Amino acid sequence: MPATAPAKPRRPEEPAGPLLRVDSLHVRFGSQEVLRDISIDLEPGQTLVVLGESGCGKTVLLKSMIGLIRPTEGEVQFEGRSLSGLNDRSLAHLRTRYGFVFQGAALFDSLTILDNVAFPLREHTRIPDAEIRSIVGGLLDEVGLPRSVLTKKPVQLSGGMRKRAGLARALALDPQLMLYDEPTTGLDPIMSDVINELILRVHERPHVTSVVVTHDMHTARKVADRVIMLYPVFRLRPDEPQIVFDGTVEELDGSRDPRIRQFVEGRAGARLMELREEQARDHGIPAESPTDTETDTHEGEPDA
Amino acid sequence: MASHSSASSATGATGWFANQVANLGQFAMDWVTGVGGVAVFAIQTVGWIFARRQRRDVLLPNFYQIGVMSLPVVALTGLFIGMVLAVQSYAQFKALGLETRLGSVINLSLVRELGPVLAATMLAGRVGSAMAAELGTMRVTEQIDALESMGANPIYYLVVPRFLGCLILIPSLTVMADFMGVLGGYFYSHVLLDIDYHHYWANSREYVDVFDFLLGIFKTLFFGAAIALVSCHHGFHCEPGAEGVGRAATNAFVHSFVLILILDLFLGIWLNNVHDFFRPEGPRRLL
Repeated sequence: MPATAPAKPRRPEEPAGPLLRVDSLHVRFGSQEVLRDISIDLEPGQTLVVLGESGCGKTVLLKSMIGLIRPTEGEVQFEGRSLSGLNDRSLAHLRTRYGFVFQGAALFDSLTILDNVAFPLREHTRIPDAEIRSIVGGLLDEVGLPRSVLTKKPVQLSGGMRKRAGLARALALDPQLMLYDEPTTGLDPIMSDVINELILRVHERPHVTSVVVTHDMHTARKVADRVIMLYPVFRLRPDEPQIVFDGTVEELDGSRDPRIRQFVEGRAGARLMELREEQARDHGIPAESPTDTETDTHEGEPDA
Repeated sequence: MASHSSASSATGATGWFANQVANLGQFAMDWVTGVGGVAVFAIQTVGWIFARRQRRDVLLPNFYQIGVMSLPVVALTGLFIGMVLAVQSYAQFKALGLETRLGSVINLSLVRELGPVLAATMLAGRVGSAMAAELGTMRVTEQIDALESMGANPIYYLVVPRFLGCLILIPSLTVMADFMGVLGGYFYSHVLLDIDYHHYWANSREYVDVFDFLLGIFKTLFFGAAIALVSCHHGFHCEPGAEGVGRAATNAFVHSFVLILILDLFLGIWLNNVHDFFRPEGPRRLL
């Protein structure tokens, strides 16, 4: 089910082919397998949303895409160059073409918002400080933050403001590939929608490709032109692929795969049974049988 | 791991013995991996000192925290240790009728051992655990990942300034500890124990020379480097959550302190040999 994305004009120097290729990626932490044989081709201009329940490896996949986590097997290629083959200097240089928005914004506590947003500019350019100030001001305008926050420390801002400041910092070097890790987690519905709007607005910049990792179906419906769903490895049979869905949002909504339906509709299903069994084990009581509505649907056939 | 699990399945005395061997092997492997990790970390840190010019705006706040803010506590520790040395030694020396020799004992102990080790211990307690907690929090809240994602090197930005701060400023802190210790010892001996100040200082001058002072200062360079590397390494490899940060801070102090003592012993042995090389006639007798 390869999805089609609205094609954006390529930069003249961009080679043909996917912007980012994840090729047979396996990630293990000790004996724990987190990602199993993940392959994704990300075309320039796409907005890919990676869905999945907590602990399924979404964030690990996102961090692997920028080389923050080294694969156990397989590789990630950016414009055909394998990240594993790059030395530290080349990898650092390549990362200037990425923008990463972290789940908790990950602003530097000890710096003001101005210094935070200016950080990539001061690190990688020789732009004079006065000009950096004006660029930072423009970035804050773009994410809808008042200039009064420039002198504030991250701890003085609300969660939504911090997230927008994190987005402004990620945009500072005019990145080609934006990576968002749970951009709406922990925010109220209104602020979540503001963030979704900002993701769309950023995507309107020329040459921007985006990957959004989330478990928020509103975000997926609003921003995605391609959706991938990951399933936790420990819930899979040894021969099952970890990507249980790859397609458009409409196809996702039409899917009959019980694992996908359970996620899209937000039903606990047999997970409740697991919870009861655990409680029963703790208290030495025999577990109750699941009701019909709670029966696990995980053994069903995947969507064709 | 494989040997561990197979050992676990064995039963009886053989199984117990196999388990112990497996645990010992695992412990040895963890220890070697840990030491190797710190060594690689140290090499990377030293590499980054020379790879790129250091930024003044990054260095100065760290130097302020490590040096200026540690000065009062180091001075206070030195002052009291000088006085305590006078209290503890006085009775024995008085019994021998050698109370004017107190100056040499107090001041020699201070500049060779107690000043450097106490300054390092205070630095490990005040700065080392704070560095581990700060870097640990940055690891847990993904700030270190954020640095890397922006193409900046976290060792260059976070470890090198702290390493240089500890390395460059610990000698000054030691000088302060020595100075306050000498003052404390003199104050207690002269003002409270009424020892003649002329003989007190004359004996000090005779038995404590600049070589003793410099040996003490030289040792602190190793202590400073050890504190910074061990503490930053613990912060960088902090486990998630508040518990992980707390454990990183505690381990940073405990491991730094143990390392200071081990380094002190071996540096002491080595520096005595150096001393003997330059002064083959041996040390002057105190008594």
